[in-house]
Amino acid sequence: MTAQKESTHTTDPHAAGLVASLLPCPEPVQFVDATGRRVPGGEGGRGYAQPTAEQLVETWRRMVVGRRFDVQSTALTKQGRLAVYPSSRGQEACQVGAVMALRPDDWVFPTYRDSVALITRDIDPVETLTLLRGDAHCGYDPIARHTAAQCTPLATQLIHAAGVAHGEARRGRDTVALGFIGDGATSEGDFHEALNFAAVFNAPVVFFVQNNKYAISVPLSKQTKAPSLAYKGIGYGVPSEQVDGNDAMAVLAVVNHAVQRARDGGGPFLIEAHTYRLDAHTNADDATRYREADEVTDWLTRDPIARLEAWLRSEGLVDDARVEEVTAEAEAFATALRDRMNADPQVDPMSLFDNVFAEPTPELVEQRYMVAQEIAAEQEEQE
Amino acid sequence: MTTLTMAQALNTALRDAITQDDDVVVFGEDVGTLGGVFRITDGLTRDFGEERCFDTPLAESGIVGFAVGMCMAGFRPVVEMQFDAFGYPAFEQVVSHVAKMRNRTAGAVQLPMVIRFPYAGGIGGVEHHSDSSEAYYAHTPGLKVVSPSTPADAYGLLRQAIEDPDPVVFMEPKALYWAKGEVQTPGQPLPFGRAAVRREGTDVTLIAYGPSVPVALKAADAAREEGWDVEVVDLRTITPFDDDTVARSVRRTGRCVVVTESHGFAGVGAEVAARVQERCFHSLAAPVLRVSGLDIPYPAPKLEHTYLPGVDRVLDAVARLQWDDEPDTRWLDSARGGAA
Ligand SMILES: Cc1ncc(C[n+]2csc(CCOP(=O)(O)OP(=O)(O)O)c2C)c(N)n1
Ligand SMILES: [Mg+2]
Repeated sequence: MTAQKESTHTTDPHAAGLVASLLPCPEPVQFVDATGRRVPGGEGGRGYAQPTAEQLVETWRRMVVGRRFDVQSTALTKQGRLAVYPSSRGQEACQVGAVMALRPDDWVFPTYRDSVALITRDIDPVETLTLLRGDAHCGYDPIARHTAAQCTPLATQLIHAAGVAHGEARRGRDTVALGFIGDGATSEGDFHEALNFAAVFNAPVVFFVQNNKYAISVPLSKQTKAPSLAYKGIGYGVPSEQVDGNDAMAVLAVVNHAVQRARDGGGPFLIEAHTYRLDAHTNADDATRYREADEVTDWLTRDPIARLEAWLRSEGLVDDARVEEVTAEAEAFATALRDRMNADPQVDPMSLFDNVFAEPTPELVEQRYMVAQEIAAEQEEQE
Repeated sequence: MTTLTMAQALNTALRDAITQDDDVVVFGEDVGTLGGVFRITDGLTRDFGEERCFDTPLAESGIVGFAVGMCMAGFRPVVEMQFDAFGYPAFEQVVSHVAKMRNRTAGAVQLPMVIRFPYAGGIGGVEHHSDSSEAYYAHTPGLKVVSPSTPADAYGLLRQAIEDPDPVVFMEPKALYWAKGEVQTPGQPLPFGRAAVRREGTDVTLIAYGPSVPVALKAADAAREEGWDVEVVDLRTITPFDDDTVARSVRRTGRCVVVTESHGFAGVGAEVAARVQERCFHSLAAPVLRVSGLDIPYPAPKLEHTYLPGVDRVLDAVARLQWDDEPDTRWLDSARGGAA
């Protein structure tokens, strides 16, 4: 007979405190309420440290710039300068807050909606918009920037985040990977496979769900019966938290915690940030078909930028002059972007054949030649 | 030279790659302690440690996606899909990321990974264990698709697949895992895109790859008795495709039959036939014919011998290559097999 039956679980699920330590707070963590007042005890008893004043001021500044960038991008779409733009207006605390908790050598895995996160990583705004302008699939170097190409096949990027995080850890580096995902995409299988892989390999990954209440038109109520998306972590042994996603201070506090924990070898962490997509899914979408205007108006009162600004003012950390300065900076950022986007980009059709393989296959060489002939003939006709 | 089975040759290739390159990692379902259900990874964990060969959770999309991420951290993953038909959960990762990553990032992100599949039938497997799924991958730009037919090729092509800068879908004909052959070890990578003439002949060219190569060779032997001198070309790699070797052979013989185990409709055989026709039209004395598996879901084991294109079906096709200048009228009779 075998000496001892091996436990089927690596940890005793009934061990005191384990289940509790994996579950999120029953209510989203909130540090600052909609009026800009610090909420006493809002940390949910978890002891998330209040971010430094310096981090908060910088986060606010980048949210102001991010909002202006987002509005400018929507305008560029109307002017025909972008093929499509999925706005994240209203979600700035999430996108800026999450990125501000990272080091430049940490990895980010963004979706199509996370352009504001990209410019917060100091990726050139024109390079950020290259995908959406339609001149190439990605305008920046993902390896150099430790930022994956924006991902459209929902949830697929999170497994890459787990893989790169595991790979970096194996190389003895303390970099962390943060993967963005939307509420709807948490129904996709890859979300679950990614959580499970990250947990099993103890990979330093922070999964950051922006619950903006809709997946295009489908509300969260049709997506899940879970009490909160942050409850999806416990089944994988991944500690989770939910946070007021329009409270930048709370987002920063929780992501700071999750990132530090992962960096210290604590493994993955799941965060659900409750926020709201103020604009339609993209410029091509008509949100009036599936939601009431009142709902949007209501969320406008919970604006993330106004909220943090109110708190910073109350603490004397920013004043009228600073607000004016940052507003002007955001304006200049948008103007520069508009001017650069007004130039017609040169796209080289011959580049189509680059980077399919390291070396083109014989078919590609043939097709490249055919296209070159077509272009030459067209030019001749025009002359 | 050593005599090895194809399974042993693949195992040796993995060992040699792991020994030579610290970035090579092998992972998948049951590949660790067990050594894989076909034992291709036998002993790797024992001999090289969990670091180099490890079991993963049971999730194919996760396995392939994890490999994508590990490539971004500079590794060269070799992952195993346990069976052909169990690679489908990973299809989105393969098509939307593995195949496209180099292109969508303008060359910045390279994925030097290998996805190994035991594939095709002939071993009495119950359903979902005998698919020939190569056409799905061959249809996708950005993937190299490879299928060896001998132990020596299995070794050389797998070494090349691991060294290759592009992602490779490596299709291992499971019916040939136990076939033996001479292998040079340690050996060299075998460059892709070079088909092999397995048998020289003057009358007709049989084109095959993977599990169909031994069938074509047997058919060639049998054809000799009928007085046909048959050449057999083994593609080795579907992508990249070696048009030169194929066209040179068919231009010389003037007749061609493509043999594949997969379903025929919209399959790799159709691609080969089209390429031959485009390049060899004026040398052809007869239409290019295809012999393939039937266009039905892969059957239950007791019926697989009826599904599989065997020597007789190949010989029938060879016989229909208009040797006496009589046109093959089979395509004109639409009621063929019906009431007429
Ligand atoms: C696998 C897959 N299925 C469908 C789509 C089409 N699609 C694009 S965005 C979207 C909604 C996603 O909603 P959510 O995850 O909540 O993110 P959000 O757009 O709200 O940021 C859908 C269905 C897709 N991109 N990928
Ligand atoms: Mg959403």
